[in-house]
Amino acid sequence: MVGKGVASRLRRETMVKDEQESSNRPDNTAFTQQRLPAWQPMLSAGIVIPGFVLIGLAFIGIGVALFVTSQGIQVLEIDYTGVEQKSPCFRCANSNEKNCVCNLEFSIDRLLKGPVFFYYGLTNYFQNYRRYGVSKDDNQLSGDLDYFQSPSDTCSPYEYDNNVPIVPCGSIANSMFNDTFKLYQTVNGVKKQVPLDGKGIAWWSDYNIKYRNPSVTPLKNAFNGTVKPIFWSKPAYELDPTDSTNNGFINQDFLVWMRRAALPDFRKLYRRITHEDYKEGLPAGNYSLEISYNYPVLSFDGRKKVVFSNVSWMGGKNEFLGIAYLVIGSLCVFMSIVMLIVYAKFKFPEED
Amino acid sequence: MRCDEYEEIELKMGSFVSYIGKLFGGEKRKELERHLRANDRHFNLSYRYAKNAIKTSKYNILTFLPLNLFEQFTRLANAYFLFLIIIQLFPEISALPWYTTAVPLALVLSVSGVKDAIDDINRHKCDKQVNNRTVDVLINGQLKKEKWLNVQVGDIIKLENNQFVAADVLLLSSSEPLNLVYVETTELDGETNLKVKQATTVTGKMGFNIEALARFNAEVRCEPPNNRLDKFKGTLILDGEVHSLDNDKVLLRGCALRNTDWCFGLVIFAGPDTKLMQNSGRSTFKRTSVDHFMNILVLCIFGLLMAMCLILAIGHAIWETKAGSVFQVFLPPIPGVGIGLSSFLSFWSYVIVLNMVVPISLYVSVEMIRLGNSFFIDWDRKMYYSKNDTPAQARTTSLNEELGQIKYIFSDKTGTLTQNIMTFNKCSINGKAYGELYDFTGQRVEITETTERLDFSWNQLADPKFIFHDHSLMETVREGNPEAQAFFRLLALCHTVMPEEKTEGELNYQAQSPDEGALVTAARNFGFVFRSRTPESITVMEMGRKVVYDLVAILDFNNVRKRMSVIVRSPEGKLTLYCKGADTIIYERLHPSCDKLMEVTTRHLNEYAGDGLRTLVLAYKELDESYLKEWRQRHHEASIALDGREERLDQIYEDIEKDLILLGATAVEDKLQDGVPQTIEQLAKADMKIWVLTGDKQETAENIGYSCNMLREEMSEVFIVAANTAQGVKEELQYARRKMSPDSAEEPSVVRARAGMFWLQKTETLQDENVDGDYALIINGHSLAFALEKELQLELLRTACMCQTVICCRVTPLQKAQVVQLVKKYKQAITLAIGDGANDVSMIKAAHIGVGISGQEGMQAVLSSDFSIAQFRYLQRLLLVHGRWSYLRMCKFLRYFFYKNFTFAFALFWYAFFCGFSGQIVYDDWFITLFNLVYTALPVLGLGLFDQDVSDRWSLQYPQLFSPGQLNAYFDKKVFLSCMMHSWYSSVILFFVPWAAMQDAVREDGRDAADFQTFAIMGQTCLFLVVSIQLCLESYYWTFINQFFIWGSIAVYFAVSFIMNCNGIFIMFNSMFPFIGAARNSLSQPSAWLTMFLTCLLCLLPVVAVRFFLMQIRPTINDKVRHKVRKEGPPAPAPLHQRPRRFSTRRSSYAFSHSRGYGELVTSRGFLPKRSLKSRPALFLNTDPPLAEKQPQLYRTISEEPEEPQGPQARM
Repeated sequence: MVGKGVASRLRRETMVKDEQESSNRPDNTAFTQQRLPAWQPMLSAGIVIPGFVLIGLAFIGIGVALFVTSQGIQVLEIDYTGVEQKSPCFRCANSNEKNCVCNLEFSIDRLLKGPVFFYYGLTNYFQNYRRYGVSKDDNQLSGDLDYFQSPSDTCSPYEYDNNVPIVPCGSIANSMFNDTFKLYQTVNGVKKQVPLDGKGIAWWSDYNIKYRNPSVTPLKNAFNGTVKPIFWSKPAYELDPTDSTNNGFINQDFLVWMRRAALPDFRKLYRRITHEDYKEGLPAGNYSLEISYNYPVLSFDGRKKVVFSNVSWMGGKNEFLGIAYLVIGSLCVFMSIVMLIVYAKFKFPEED
Repeated sequence: MRCDEYEEIELKMGSFVSYIGKLFGGEKRKELERHLRANDRHFNLSYRYAKNAIKTSKYNILTFLPLNLFEQFTRLANAYFLFLIIIQLFPEISALPWYTTAVPLALVLSVSGVKDAIDDINRHKCDKQVNNRTVDVLINGQLKKEKWLNVQVGDIIKLENNQFVAADVLLLSSSEPLNLVYVETTELDGETNLKVKQATTVTGKMGFNIEALARFNAEVRCEPPNNRLDKFKGTLILDGEVHSLDNDKVLLRGCALRNTDWCFGLVIFAGPDTKLMQNSGRSTFKRTSVDHFMNILVLCIFGLLMAMCLILAIGHAIWETKAGSVFQVFLPPIPGVGIGLSSFLSFWSYVIVLNMVVPISLYVSVEMIRLGNSFFIDWDRKMYYSKNDTPAQARTTSLNEELGQIKYIFSDKTGTLTQNIMTFNKCSINGKAYGELYDFTGQRVEITETTERLDFSWNQLADPKFIFHDHSLMETVREGNPEAQAFFRLLALCHTVMPEEKTEGELNYQAQSPDEGALVTAARNFGFVFRSRTPESITVMEMGRKVVYDLVAILDFNNVRKRMSVIVRSPEGKLTLYCKGADTIIYERLHPSCDKLMEVTTRHLNEYAGDGLRTLVLAYKELDESYLKEWRQRHHEASIALDGREERLDQIYEDIEKDLILLGATAVEDKLQDGVPQTIEQLAKADMKIWVLTGDKQETAENIGYSCNMLREEMSEVFIVAANTAQGVKEELQYARRKMSPDSAEEPSVVRARAGMFWLQKTETLQDENVDGDYALIINGHSLAFALEKELQLELLRTACMCQTVICCRVTPLQKAQVVQLVKKYKQAITLAIGDGANDVSMIKAAHIGVGISGQEGMQAVLSSDFSIAQFRYLQRLLLVHGRWSYLRMCKFLRYFFYKNFTFAFALFWYAFFCGFSGQIVYDDWFITLFNLVYTALPVLGLGLFDQDVSDRWSLQYPQLFSPGQLNAYFDKKVFLSCMMHSWYSSVILFFVPWAAMQDAVREDGRDAADFQTFAIMGQTCLFLVVSIQLCLESYYWTFINQFFIWGSIAVYFAVSFIMNCNGIFIMFNSMFPFIGAARNSLSQPSAWLTMFLTCLLCLLPVVAVRFFLMQIRPTINDKVRHKVRKEGPPAPAPLHQRPRRFSTRRSSYAFSHSRGYGELVTSRGFLPKRSLKSRPALFLNTDPPLAEKQPQLYRTISEEPEEPQGPQARM
């Protein structure tokens, strides 16, 4: 800091001359003189009270619409974890048997209007745990073969299995949900399989951009020298034996799983029921769900469920929004009355 | 230059660094005595004295990067962010990618780096320019042009007229008689008057003899380099003889040589050792109280951050034991990391995640807002003084908001409240008053700029700048009225003014006091032109006739005598004593025959006093030769007496100055600066206390107090403290206090508290006491010295604070600073000091805010000030408009900024409870990076730069609007807490409403919509919208720039979100932008928008409601004025105040504004020019700027130094 004063003093010697030549009068602009035209709103009674009334009424309107819409949505949710003994999956839940299958019988008493969506749900499952969330290799998943041989550190501890690289590596891929379901409608005592549509259940951008298979044909060759994730029963390139374009990293179920949930209780889309016969929805009647029970959740006190639901313009069933809008709308109207009373009583002190 | 005053607001670790530096660098060997030999470079080099090159720059190309980075990282905030980046490198901890912290930090570092670099380049340029100036140096018997940087200690250099002195040199010889040189020291101490230096005769006789100078081989021993400008001690050893050296023989670097053709000097101190350089760089950094408070807040916030992280770490431990340990199937633990270590890591993760609470951008934004508001001060045309082309200037850019919190104003008088211009306004000659104008009906006419002026063209020697309006006086004089002629003859003879006549007829007076100048000029214009003087004679042109008077004696002025006389002999041989002085003094010495005239004159004097004019009474006496002879004999005896010389002389003067014949009285106006009374009134209305601290005499100060309305006739009492002992001062103060507040406690009530960083700083606050009625306190310099002692200072402060007006007169610069410090210490209030001269520097530096009056002579006050304005009246605009706005803006900005970031951090905090306390953030990394930097940066700046509650006119109309700033009401602990509560509420809404809406959410095409990225996009959009709309609620003043910033930011947010989420970006950067498709997918949902709408209104409606209720139930002054503005539209321009004429019974106050007479110098032969008029260069340059011509009369003081107090030496 030493010498600053001097520097400016010495500088002044040279500056004085320049200053005399040009006038130092500041510019007369609205900006420099701080008189830019401006709107100066004020929270006066004339604005606030009608505002509250209007907002309140609008909210009540929206709330009613939301509430009615939400009421119209049908949801059928069945827990199949098998915690209780009478539960059909109790056996599967408590044995280490591979490919354990249990049948879940349920009935629908009125038409579940179509299109019906079939979700699986998990609770107490921390897909949003930070260490879990980062445990994948984006380069690998975008089909970069270099990373097939040396997966990123982030995949730890699922990057190598006995020094052989795991593809796809990481906790998220490793823990992919692997229960499978078959839905039967019991028509006159005969089980009729309800066709489930698994196409296009993932995001378009995930399927087309974010995840890419290596451009190697057959796909299997790309996976040479790697092993499947430890928990997986099949390698990535054989996830869907029925559709060769639905394998590898762009398998729809895989994509759905990789889009991790924000909260510990979540549901993910499993299939759509869009077949001709069920276009109008699931008719009333008895159904049976054949579950191939593989996914262990009991150890962490998790639950598994299946959900059948239809949707509206505002998505799935969620009563929160409708109720919230109604409550807040009413509160606004109430507040506006209070404000009116306060305003009438105090007015704005006019004097002084 | 603005950038010089750049100031770090962060907590500095500088002292620590310098300590380390000392530890390792070792201190330079201390110089005890300087020893040098002239013309012997070899000998002098052995001492390794500093060369004459100066270096004010800090860096060079190579050292810039490391040094500047090091310096920047000594700022705590930067170091903290560096620390964050470092811990982000550990993958176990890193909850955020490195760039979230690194990008803002890099930006901040590079911006301040560039600024530092520009500053330093400027410094390099200045250094280079200064170092490359040339000077003649005597090398090997020849004069050679050398650059300044090559000059060394012991060199003999030749200086020429108007050159700057290159180093501190010992004056050897000069072109002027008696080896005198004249120097101007403006650059050094701010005084514009010339100073005389004189070489010793032993060196002086060398003259221009180059050979003699080359042979000169004297040795000099003197004190080591120091910063005392007024002291120098040393010895010169020449040919075995020792001569003592003092300050009179030394020219200091920075001075400029004037009126001296050449001189030779021996370099004693060079470069960094010179007194100029030793004096620089001592300025202390000032910080605003908001800064201090912010530092404390930042610490509290750190505490809060740690607490939050601790809670989350404990939560993590609990989660790990309960859920994590069983969730291991899908999420195996890191080997070797137990629950304890895992919690520890999680703690640090959250330190990173929640670092949003103390964002680095806060500091950057604060600086930018201050800078912007400083520019508004510079740009204000209403603070531009066109007469000398001076705009207001914010020289320090970091103190603006403090201008809105001023509670105490300390003002200098001369040059600040007054113009230091004296005009001869009125006079009373032989019982007839002149100077007023009356119309036909006898009604007094107001004299304005346009009033017709007297035409002095008949008098060729008249001063064209002199203005007078009353014709009757001129007629009286020209008619040959003997009293009137005697009156002006007296004024032409009885003074100590020095005349200058560069060209025939162009007279220039150098007066020691501006009063004298005014009087002599009045005489000059009325036909009694003081033309020249020698020690024995005075030449006067009397109505065009040259008359030479013998000057027999000057009976000089001093404080006790309060008068001066001259005894002259006219060419006819008539002996006359002319005397002028204070009315009370002269009246005692009048001949009884004057009684009647005295009555009339007294009436006139009372009138003049009522107008606030400075008056003098004139009298004369005829002497006879024999008496004078006898008197001169006694005078001679007394003047050579060894003991009691002063008293004996006084007695002898007393003998002759009696039985005087009254001539009349003069009234000189000490012109106030324009608009001073109105400004003072306005500032008083804004509840600011104004103390006048002046070096002037009590009477003068009192007089000005009355004329600028600080003292009023109707005041209950004006206390005067002028005792000469500590006990006396105490009694007088106590008397005043008891009078004002009879039932006040004897002991002052002092509240002790702790404040500052870690509450380490103890504060003592003296409580304000209420008093009925208006009182004023006038305290004298030597009483002040006692009152500032430890035992009495509280008593002084207590009494002074009860008074409306406090005037301290005869104070030294040091005392000024002490008074300011006293108030600062015990009142914990923000102080402002305003002044124009070098004697105000200490006060300006001591106060929180120093304001310099620019455009006057001397730059010293301005150079050390934080703000400079050209006129005192601009102070009201500076404070009431700019200060208030700056404070309002800064507080709003801080409130909003903390709100914004707390809301953000709290939302992250809530998410921890749903993600196993894993350090997962709820928003996109890029959103976190850009939130403060891009999305909200400009709207906040817009708020901090353009907001105004009411327009400038209304601000001035209602000075009461200023008081919230003094009470610190817009941003204190309470405000901060409520701000935090508000954030807490908003964050709850912002997190839990989307949370509830997202439960099992499904899109309209049936795909699940509860994934992390959708949630993040929705949450962050809600957050961003809420804080944006909240900003709208905060602003009072919506210019199109604000609108543009807000809408632009919202547009940018959506644009950036979509771009970052688009396919192309993902393909290009792969894993950098993992949120591909998220914005499109989530924002296309009606339910998402409904959720956002709900969130926004839930956050904002309560705020609106609360504000509405508060405004209805407890409206602030602000609300009231705003309401009025709405109803009435713009106010009429303030009416021009007319100063009411007051009739005062208060007796006149006499004022010579100087301390001691000049008579001795006038009569001493050495001082007067020996050469005739024509060859004599002007002793004093006419320093008036061309614009000054417009001003009526202009007299500069030759020197006006306040007297040392006679009391005990004031302590530091």
